[in-house]
Amino acid sequence: MKILRCPINGPRPIQEFHFGGEVREMPDPQKVGDEEWAGYVFLRSGEPGVKREWWHHIASGTWFIAERDNSTDQVLRTYLYEAAEDR
Amino acid sequence: MKSRLPLQQGEWIDRSRPVEFRFEGRAFHGYSGDVLSSALWANQVRLLGRSFKYHRPRGIYSLANHDVNVMVEDSRSTNLRGDVLPITEGLDVRAVNTVGGLKHDALSITESFSAFLPVGFYYKAFHTPRKLFPFYENQMRKVAGLGKIHPGKAVTPTAKDYAFCDLLVVGSGPAGLSGAIAAAECGLRVVVVEEAARPGGSLAWQWGRGAEGREHLQGLLERASALRNLELRCATQAAGCYADRWVALVDGTHLSKLRTRAMLVASGCIEQPAVFQNNDLPGVLLGSAAQRLIRLYAVKPFDRCVVLGAGSEAYRVALDLDEAGVDVGALVDLRPRGETTELGRSVRDAGIEVREGHTVLEAIPARGGRGVKAALLCPLDEKGRPVAGSRIEIPCDGIAVSVGWAPTGDLLYQAGARFTYAEAVEQFVLERLPDCVFAAGRVNGVFSLEDQLADGRRAGLEAAKSLGCFDGPVPEAIVHRGPPPSHPYPIFEHKGKKNFVDLDEDLHLADFFNAHQEGYDNVELLKRYTTVGMGPSQGKLSNMNAVRILARLNGKSINETGTTTSRPFHHPVSLEILAGRRFHPLRRTPIDRWHATAGAEFIHVGSWLRPEYYRVQGRDRDEAILQEARNVRQRVGLIDVGTLGKIRVCGPDAATFLERMYTGRFTRQPVGKVRYGVACDETGVIIEDGVIVRLAEDQFYLTTTTSGAAAFFREMQRWALIWNLQVECIDATGHLGAMNVAGQQCRELLAPLTDIDLSVDAFPYVGARQGRVAGVPATVLRVGFVGELGYEIHVPVTQALHVWESLMEAGRSFGIRPFGVEAQRLLRLEKGHLIVSQDTDALTTPYEADVAWAIGKNKPFFLGQRSLRILHEQPALRRLVGISFGKSGPGELPEECHLMFDGDEIIGRVTSIAKRSTLGYPIGLAYVRPDLAEVGTKVRVRVESGDLVEATVTALPFYDPENSRQT
Repeated sequence: MKILRCPINGPRPIQEFHFGGEVREMPDPQKVGDEEWAGYVFLRSGEPGVKREWWHHIASGTWFIAERDNSTDQVLRTYLYEAAEDR
Repeated sequence: MKSRLPLQQGEWIDRSRPVEFRFEGRAFHGYSGDVLSSALWANQVRLLGRSFKYHRPRGIYSLANHDVNVMVEDSRSTNLRGDVLPITEGLDVRAVNTVGGLKHDALSITESFSAFLPVGFYYKAFHTPRKLFPFYENQMRKVAGLGKIHPGKAVTPTAKDYAFCDLLVVGSGPAGLSGAIAAAECGLRVVVVEEAARPGGSLAWQWGRGAEGREHLQGLLERASALRNLELRCATQAAGCYADRWVALVDGTHLSKLRTRAMLVASGCIEQPAVFQNNDLPGVLLGSAAQRLIRLYAVKPFDRCVVLGAGSEAYRVALDLDEAGVDVGALVDLRPRGETTELGRSVRDAGIEVREGHTVLEAIPARGGRGVKAALLCPLDEKGRPVAGSRIEIPCDGIAVSVGWAPTGDLLYQAGARFTYAEAVEQFVLERLPDCVFAAGRVNGVFSLEDQLADGRRAGLEAAKSLGCFDGPVPEAIVHRGPPPSHPYPIFEHKGKKNFVDLDEDLHLADFFNAHQEGYDNVELLKRYTTVGMGPSQGKLSNMNAVRILARLNGKSINETGTTTSRPFHHPVSLEILAGRRFHPLRRTPIDRWHATAGAEFIHVGSWLRPEYYRVQGRDRDEAILQEARNVRQRVGLIDVGTLGKIRVCGPDAATFLERMYTGRFTRQPVGKVRYGVACDETGVIIEDGVIVRLAEDQFYLTTTTSGAAAFFREMQRWALIWNLQVECIDATGHLGAMNVAGQQCRELLAPLTDIDLSVDAFPYVGARQGRVAGVPATVLRVGFVGELGYEIHVPVTQALHVWESLMEAGRSFGIRPFGVEAQRLLRLEKGHLIVSQDTDALTTPYEADVAWAIGKNKPFFLGQRSLRILHEQPALRRLVGISFGKSGPGELPEECHLMFDGDEIIGRVTSIAKRSTLGYPIGLAYVRPDLAEVGTKVRVRVESGDLVEATVTALPFYDPENSRQT
């Protein structure tokens, strides 16, 4: 079983976490066309590389971001959403 | 016990404790410490089992937990391996997979047909006509099979436990023990696992002469037992390695899930067979098996034997046999130049004839084929192939084979290590190790005893260094010196086709040639076509030779050929041990005990246990449910709804937040009012519904469905974070109990118990009030899920039972009765309320489910809004409607999920059904094609029997359309 580091609770077994999917920017629903909106809602990128993913530590209710290389399943780092640079 | 040797130091048997046991109905004697195979061999029983496919006689082969042809069963367990099964007083076992007993196994007739049973035979012969395959398969399983399961057997509960350490050492041989001691001396918490019953690995049997091994073992065990941070677990398999060094440890009774910071694998090697004619006869066994018999169990393996060897180990085997009083007829060395070390001379000094550049071409069977009569020797040409014509026959009753080794690398592979084939040792050696994983000893290609001890210490110190517990110099890695311990190709063709490569699956050399000829020239394909390595030993005695054969057939190197993938578990683990206890969290409401006492039948709803209905003497389930529902309609009922998700949302942005989470409007919701809310995901699909209460300007309290509560709360937390709103969400599901008292008389019932003014004007429908109920602070909501006047009472979980009992007591004169989930489902169905995830699916939009009225107009944003805008412009595909069936005939009615048809076209699906209702006729909810949604339309549902049953689309709600009962 994998170990994932929660930014609040430290390294914990993966069982304690819920995967929340890749971090995706919602386009402005008022301005975006139907096609692009459908892409946002339905399309996911499976290409290998470093992904920014939502993870939730269930026991403490902590949502955070993990940067994970999905080709090696290595988690490079984790941090709180509030601490993300691009926010 | 005719073959028992005189007492020797270090043997595992206890001669003061004789044991009587039964095998195939006959009584035998052995000693405590014996395994079944050793005890039988001591009694000169050579036929211990039958092979899987041809039912050939088989005996001891490895004596190292890989003897899958010697599997036995008793009345309780099956597929027990004779080479590791300890004998105990009263043990009574039979060989598996025989008809009429081991000796006269009727199924051995299959061998006569072996020429017609090549690899792939089943696929080719029995797949046409296809419909007969299940019959053929059934017949084949009777012939080719293993033990039988006893379905009546009592289940033994097996526990799992969790363990943690700094360093896990796999194997307690010279490398493992010295590594464990070195690491433990640096302060690491070390766990050593040993699959055998006792520690020592090869120290216990391989280095027997001169007592060298025994002295080392004693010294190491003394040092180990002095270290309090070193734990040794024997008879324990490290059966699989998972992510981040999570290792499954399996012993005879349970599974330990061990998390280790570092791992040192000193699992050693597995001796590999040579492939020659009749290399499977009882009496042909591995050199290490002969040594184990002698040293561990004091059993003389043969009277007269031939040793087939290709390295120093074979010479040690010959000397051990000689010392045990076995007449060694010849040591046949595959290498043209033989042994160049000191051992070569020792063997000759012992008077053993050495034949260099020869092989055993054939084991000549004794009469009846249940043993060896002689070994047929043959010289090899410069390419290692048997020379035609020249034959030497040496009479013997056994052949000890010691031609090479394969590393026990499964755990290392699973941990992410890479191996490469090294010709210096003619075996796979480590090329790359992942972080915090180390290897030492023979698995690392290090063979001599001194080297193994030093290599173990090196790896132990490296492990300590990687964890920051050692900063001194780590000794350099050790490289094997001297001749390679393994032969590159100990495989010899024979026209007799009984030269087995895989003893588990009865595959002989020609099967590999055939498979290759048919184009299966890749190692993974070859495995699947021939089934090599797919038997119970998982190829531990066959994969290496299979790779050697394939490499030669392809004219490629071993490295180019590669190996198959090692997956956990690398050794069979009984399902009983995996099943263990269930670890699913189960939630119970505070009123749970009361329900049980009142005769509740419970069902699982999400993670909760809820009363489905309360049993009534003399009534069946359906009747009991209907009675509960009628009591709500006619008098008053009480249901425990404490399983609902209960969430507090507070803060200046609370209303804004809820407007984004739900489709409806909340900013202008008055304090003290309840609103129904529907929540969608970003695709516009309904994911939740429930009620939202405004308790104050900046305070809301909402309920969600029982099964959806956790997921919805999680999403609320995430969106609150993303939108950066001033809002706080608190999951109060476990803090609060809740119950719903419903029925026309519930106002009179509740009034004396509460300080809340219950009059219609003061507390109207969809109102919410806070006050006291039965002396307990409560939030009371007027909701109408079941379609009657009702109060949903939310109280602190610790006082919920008190409130419940007070209501039951106060309700006695009103005829109050508790009702369960099923009655509630019926009542809400009569009222036409949907249940999210029963009457909605992964594609249901509010438009389809007829709750579009809950979508707020002119809202700036809510989850799903943009998608719903698109969907709304598209033609609808289906509508949720009420359906009803005629009052008359009790004919067959549909179940939930039955489909509606118009000819061949599917036009709808039933989502909810009540075969009996308080209305007196069956009703349901269903999706239908939009053009069929008009009230009065006749639709036909295909029921279980295949018949079509007519239903009528009916206006919702079925019950009390004017809502007069709720006010």
